[in-house]
Amino acid sequence: MTGLYFHIPFCLRKCPYCDFFSVEKNEGAVDAYGELLRKDLERAAANGWQGPVDTLFFGGGTPSLLAPGVVADLLQGVAKHFGLSAEAEISLEANPGTVDAQKLQGYRAAGVNRLSLGMQSLQPNLLAKLGRPHSVAESREAVRLARQAGFDNLSLDLMFALPGQSRTELENDLDALLEFEPEHLSCYGLTAETGTPLGEQVAGGKIVLPDEDLYAELFLRVDARLTAAGYRHYEISNFARPGYACRHNQGYWQRLPCLGLGAGAHSFVATGWGERRAVAADLDRYAENVTAGRDTAQTIETFDREGAMAEMLYLGLRTDRGVDAETFRAAFGVDLQMRYADAIARCDDMLVCEEGRWRFNIDGWLLFNTLLSHFL
Amino acid sequence: MKQCNIRNFSIIAHIDHGKSTLADRLLDQTGALTDREKTDQFLDKMELERERGITIKAQSVRLNYRADNGEDYILNLIDTPGHVDFNYEVSRSLSACEGALLVVDASQGVEAQTLANVYLAIDQNLEVFPVLNKIDLPSADPEAIKSEIEEVIGIDASEAVPASAKEGIGVHEILESIVAKFPPPEGDAEAPLKALVFDSWYDSYQGVIVLVRLKEGRLQKGDRIRFMASGKVYEVLKLGAFSPHMVEMKSLAAGEVGFVIAGIKSVQDAKVGDTITHEKKGAETPLPGFKEVKPMVFSGLYPIDTSDYDALRDAMEKLRLNDSSFSFEPENSVALGFGFRCGFLGLLHMEIIQERLEREFGIDLITTAPTVVYKVTDTKGNKFDVDSANKLPEVQHIETVEEPFILATIHVPNEFVGGVLALCEEKRGIQRELRYLSSNRVMVTYELPLNEIVLDFFDRLKSISRGYGSLDYEALDYRPSDLVRLNVMINGEVVDALSLIVHREKSQFRGRELVSKMKEFIPRQQFVVAIQAAIGNKVIARETVKALRKDVTAKCYGGDISRKRKLLEKQKEGKKRMKQVGSVELPQEAFLAILKVKE
Repeated sequence: MTGLYFHIPFCLRKCPYCDFFSVEKNEGAVDAYGELLRKDLERAAANGWQGPVDTLFFGGGTPSLLAPGVVADLLQGVAKHFGLSAEAEISLEANPGTVDAQKLQGYRAAGVNRLSLGMQSLQPNLLAKLGRPHSVAESREAVRLARQAGFDNLSLDLMFALPGQSRTELENDLDALLEFEPEHLSCYGLTAETGTPLGEQVAGGKIVLPDEDLYAELFLRVDARLTAAGYRHYEISNFARPGYACRHNQGYWQRLPCLGLGAGAHSFVATGWGERRAVAADLDRYAENVTAGRDTAQTIETFDREGAMAEMLYLGLRTDRGVDAETFRAAFGVDLQMRYADAIARCDDMLVCEEGRWRFNIDGWLLFNTLLSHFL
Repeated sequence: MKQCNIRNFSIIAHIDHGKSTLADRLLDQTGALTDREKTDQFLDKMELERERGITIKAQSVRLNYRADNGEDYILNLIDTPGHVDFNYEVSRSLSACEGALLVVDASQGVEAQTLANVYLAIDQNLEVFPVLNKIDLPSADPEAIKSEIEEVIGIDASEAVPASAKEGIGVHEILESIVAKFPPPEGDAEAPLKALVFDSWYDSYQGVIVLVRLKEGRLQKGDRIRFMASGKVYEVLKLGAFSPHMVEMKSLAAGEVGFVIAGIKSVQDAKVGDTITHEKKGAETPLPGFKEVKPMVFSGLYPIDTSDYDALRDAMEKLRLNDSSFSFEPENSVALGFGFRCGFLGLLHMEIIQERLEREFGIDLITTAPTVVYKVTDTKGNKFDVDSANKLPEVQHIETVEEPFILATIHVPNEFVGGVLALCEEKRGIQRELRYLSSNRVMVTYELPLNEIVLDFFDRLKSISRGYGSLDYEALDYRPSDLVRLNVMINGEVVDALSLIVHREKSQFRGRELVSKMKEFIPRQQFVVAIQAAIGNKVIARETVKALRKDVTAKCYGGDISRKRKLLEKQKEGKKRMKQVGSVELPQEAFLAILKVKE
């Protein structure tokens, strides 16, 4: 399994909570960037990155600012230089305010088979709180058009634990989302990241986020509603109908190799105990390097055995499949339960072992950082 | 130099009233410093002193001054520590002088600490000459302050020099007044040697450097000398004066001030107040006033990282080289592991030592609540001292407990008197006197148990009086008292490091206050944390810290993985500053909750 990730660091405008790398879009820059990605792809192939690609993801930023023709070019480039599996999962993140019927049909025709719509909420007041550059009507229309364009693997994003959000407001959002019958849902508790406008407002006391008790209550409510509706809660923030869990993202949590292209993109190289590489979040530098035919990424972390062990837990325990004791032993030659006896004990009943797999229960997920730090 | 051309003097001032600045100006005007050396407050050597604006170690400096009468003088400025904890050191420094400049802020007037030191000076028959500092400030009211000085201290202030050390105003007049007003030293240079030790410190190259004032006799390089209190004998390797740099001299004679280096390894052997005489043909009796300084306040110091234990011991040994009033011995705590029970002169002394250990030696510490020394008699008739709550026997084995009382003198502006009286009453005080020093300044005198002072008295006084209240105290006596041990339990386990000795009548209140303060400092954790205060088996207060409910990173995809994992690792590293008690992690602050000011 090999993944490929394109980072598209452009947005209509920056959302106040977002700490991903993106800049406000300007005409021409997006197309020129598509061209850089295509060149970088060639360079990476020449440098020996191995295909075929099984999962491909256009993330951002706002990838739906790319013209369908550019997406088609890139996918052809991938097929040509690496090979693209017949069953490849090809996802693209779209902002509902940036798509129309033609564009969606174009993406679909180009080969995109999974669309992720960042609708976040279906209530105007909550959208306004989040500073999202799209309307509820645009979200509804985007879903309709996506289905019409033939997307049968549709993911919708929801945000909860918004400032002042009531329990009823969350229920209303869940009702509305379920009506769309999406194959996949990503539900994120709003987080005040440092360095974002939201982070500053929260730190300055201008905005108050729900306290941890309410957050927990809302999280459990999301879990209960979606699980009851037939979705599998397969990762802390992700839900899917059977067979629709995002294969690309699962690759991250299983430490599968993935090439990240574009300014701000990260790669995981699975040689040795693993290595993470990153492309600087700097558009000018990216253009310079690509034009000069240089490698755009730098190694940011090289793992030793201990580090790889800890990271397998750190990533695996985010998922409902958890970490398989046999897989762990096969990879590292040690028994997970013995190696981490103390940490396991400290997790108490929030860490369970079923059919040879160690995983957190839902309360454990809520305390993921605290519990996981016992293992670090 | 002829005795009649020597002047030995101190500067007495309240914190912030400008003592250090004035000292610098004196150095400046007598040409003692080069331009490059004219950094502010030359005499306050330690970084900590500079930050706090107080002098901890006394320094002395010899100034050469040609007076307006054309004669050359040697002016020895003997600096004094400026805090209530160092009363004894102040008294020794003063007894090395014939005169004292009383520096009073021309808008703020006389403060308690100043008054205490002026009285010390007057007791030692020093000539006290007032200087009104900060005369350049618009709020200065020199006439009112003059009459306050006359009224409160009872000395003539009519010739007080108006000055601004900061602006260099009045410095020449001050130098002339030193020459004119202060008497020259007396003492027979041919009599047997009597040299008063008024300061000593350890220097890693030369051993202990002893500051002395020769009262009688003469001292030369190569002399065999004896410290009359410690009984130790040494040979003088070097002597001289600071001006302000070390200048070697061949001899010092009665009336002079200088340093002596004699291969002394520890300040314990050259204690402040001791008398140096010659080994042979020495003086028969020492100078009066020597006292063994005993620690008044004790607390436990523990390294947060247990592997710092040896480093902590080494650091404390280094500090003790320079500070004979600081004591420590190993102590063991179930909650905190291996540490030390340390004795200090008072709270400031404790804070200084603690800060130096953390800052100069880089050791993170947990300090337990300070206690005083109790005198306990058990039911079998054994009498012993208790300097730690954990050493207090169970109630049924105690016959009597006595606690130390002090006499506290508080100066406060009129408008805050009510609050100060309420505070003293709350602290089990007994009023001795309430006196108006002027129409708006009051002096309050109370007998107070020292144990009430060490907890949060000073901070509360400052907050009640908006910083205008000043405090001085002296030890009185021991009195029987109904004292009990208050234990704190975390999830049912007694945390020995948090135990306190309190008056029974205060125990309910203290217990409630303590657990609710601790609740603020203990972050929510994986499990519910119960905090209880108990006397014996009886729980008197309880608070609960709810279990942590949410601590999760919502997004973790390609670009997040390394960064967010490193963040977790960093948070975990930060948690190492917490102490693990059972399964509960207690931050440093929780151990000091008892000291926190009640708002």
